[in-house]
Amino acid sequence: MRKTYKLYIGGAFPRSESGRSYVVNNAKGKFLANASQASRKDARDAVVAARKAFGGWHARTAYNRGQVLYRIAEVMEGRHQQFSAEVAAGEGLSISKARAVVDASIDRWVWYAGWADKLAQVVGSSNPVAGPYFDFSLPEATGVVAVLAPQDSSLLGLTSVIAPAIVSGNTVVAVSSYERPLPAVTLGEVMATSDVPGGVVNILTGSASEIGPWLASHQDVNAIDLCGIESEDEARDLEIAAAGNLKRVRRPAAEDWTADQGLSRLTQYLELKTVWHPIGV
Amino acid sequence: MSRFEYAPAPESRAIVDIKSSYGLFVNGQFVDATDGKPFKTVSPASEEVLAEVSEAGPADVDKAVRAARKAFDKVWGPMSGKDRAKYLFRIARLIQERARELAVLESLDNGKPIRESRDVDIPLVAAHFFYYAGWADKLEYAGVGDDPRPWGVAGQVIPWNFPMLMLAWKIAPALAAGNTVVLKPAETTPLTALAFAEICQQADLPPGVVNIVTGAGRTGQALVEHPDVDKVAFTGSTEVGRAIAKSVAGTHKAVTLELGGKAANIVFEDAPIDQTIEGIVNGIFFNQGHVCCAGSRLLVQESVYDEVLARLKRRMGTLRVGDPLDKNTDIGAINSSAQLAKIRELSQIGEDEGAERWSPECELPAEGYWFPPTVFTGVSQAHRIAREEIFGPVLSVLTFRTPAEAVEKANNTPFGLSAGIWTEKGSRILWMANQLRAGVVWANTFNRFDPTSPFGGYKESGYGREGGRHGLEAYLAH
Repeated sequence: MRKTYKLYIGGAFPRSESGRSYVVNNAKGKFLANASQASRKDARDAVVAARKAFGGWHARTAYNRGQVLYRIAEVMEGRHQQFSAEVAAGEGLSISKARAVVDASIDRWVWYAGWADKLAQVVGSSNPVAGPYFDFSLPEATGVVAVLAPQDSSLLGLTSVIAPAIVSGNTVVAVSSYERPLPAVTLGEVMATSDVPGGVVNILTGSASEIGPWLASHQDVNAIDLCGIESEDEARDLEIAAAGNLKRVRRPAAEDWTADQGLSRLTQYLELKTVWHPIGV
Repeated sequence: MSRFEYAPAPESRAIVDIKSSYGLFVNGQFVDATDGKPFKTVSPASEEVLAEVSEAGPADVDKAVRAARKAFDKVWGPMSGKDRAKYLFRIARLIQERARELAVLESLDNGKPIRESRDVDIPLVAAHFFYYAGWADKLEYAGVGDDPRPWGVAGQVIPWNFPMLMLAWKIAPALAAGNTVVLKPAETTPLTALAFAEICQQADLPPGVVNIVTGAGRTGQALVEHPDVDKVAFTGSTEVGRAIAKSVAGTHKAVTLELGGKAANIVFEDAPIDQTIEGIVNGIFFNQGHVCCAGSRLLVQESVYDEVLARLKRRMGTLRVGDPLDKNTDIGAINSSAQLAKIRELSQIGEDEGAERWSPECELPAEGYWFPPTVFTGVSQAHRIAREEIFGPVLSVLTFRTPAEAVEKANNTPFGLSAGIWTEKGSRILWMANQLRAGVVWANTFNRFDPTSPFGGYKESGYGREGGRHGLEAYLAH
């Protein structure tokens, strides 16, 4: 049965408000499916959903967020075959290599899941100030993060940019790889069935070049990852737009998605809050 | 009963030797600027011209960046952390030795009370150099991976409100991490930075490791946009921060920004009243309110509004406004005529929009730039005085009924630098601290700073942290 691929916004699967869809071919140029082509309005709806979800997601305990991320990995495991087929078709990989990519993606969710309740201990601090004050610093999520996902690595890359943002309590609006959007849609379906509250992750299929400027200039987006933008001029323009509300910007850089990611993608979307209180009796 | 009057208690200026003119500090020497007009720096308390200072044009900035690059490549970068640490410790000691002179110079050039420059600014300056000196040979323990590296040349632009302290916040971690710097102090307060240049000479710091270029916005822009600057650090207005964020777009430069604020200082009905009044006063009138994290929006729980306002006004009546060099002065001069005009304009807008303005009776000196401590009541969230940073001794008072309402009002701003909470209930402090979207939360205290304590904002208050391990991290590639 041929499947209809839709957007994932606020926990629901709408078609694009614009009514547009586009042809997705496999790596050899053969028709695979029609995907929804998200518009400016879809992006704005997704930001509204992400903002609405932020308070609740951010307020959850780190332990609970870790559990939810691990649950994503569990549910992905159940759809291993579907992900492998989509990655193989889109990225032109053999089925065994595609399976390895799916395994790595699942492992990545597990790796980030474990960070949820360790971040504060590694990144936070108790500050020995020169006075009678108790002073400590804690990491907190920065808010709504827009992600222009990698164009090449349609599942592992996508996972590697979403997981570090949400594990600390941010919510995400992600624009998938334009030519390889199918694993992203399936990942949205995984989100919907794995305890991730609606709106925490929103996935738009479509053109990062078209939607990116609206997300970069959006006043209610707190950070943006320009990873999926391949033109330097375009990335610069988006960074300029992002300066409007002083968004935290992750600039595009060559990345090996199979390598260990380190902490930088986690800390990129954190704020540090320092709290002081006098000591005395 | 008549009040006892204070006798004048002026600090002597004799300890300070101000030259009639200053060059730029490039490659370890004071040099003449080649493509800018000299400008004058005045004492805001008397409008007396203190000195003539060089304006660095793009060619001068280029020379300074080249000197910094050379020093980074040849000397400072290759030097062991252990040796860098010794230079920084030595600088810290020299600052302590010259503390009184620096405090007087700071108060003369900036207009801040000597009580603050002597007891807050300069001791913290020395403390920052001591703190970061100890990091220089421990970078691999800073928690940023096992191979932390300096960015290279840091271009740093600092404001006029805490001239020497902001210099320390910028230079100490940069040098500890192994970067070299070109720093531009604000055009109205360049003198302590130039005194710091002498301290670098006294410390035998290798030429080019620290360069000071004086000037205004044009000089800062040339520095930030210089293609051979690897790391940009700016403290100042959100408007300029935005422009800098745009100008570094598409480059390899790392950037940190410490920008404006409109902090809520939140008073609950069970707050310890005497400490709270002192905290409110310290929150907004410290440094004439020229503080990005000033508690400029007072949120008072309705049930104690009358008492808090009455006591606050009584306390404001005892604040002494006047000569910054008098040891009894609480509120000094506004830093510049331009800043005074801005404070007057926004205060007038506050009145025009219907808020009620009050200041204690106080006689302001005839010369210089002065503004009395001022409180606005009947302020609503839509008022411009409740939304825009005034950067002066002007407090806006709002009210709330429930903790949830306090949180909502406090967070209803594009800024997110700091906040204050006053209550005796510990669980409420922690709940509030959790809810507030601000980088620094002071509970039952306000405007505390320490080199070990990270400082910086959420949202449009900028990105990055200064102070502590996190402040060091901003100067390391990893």
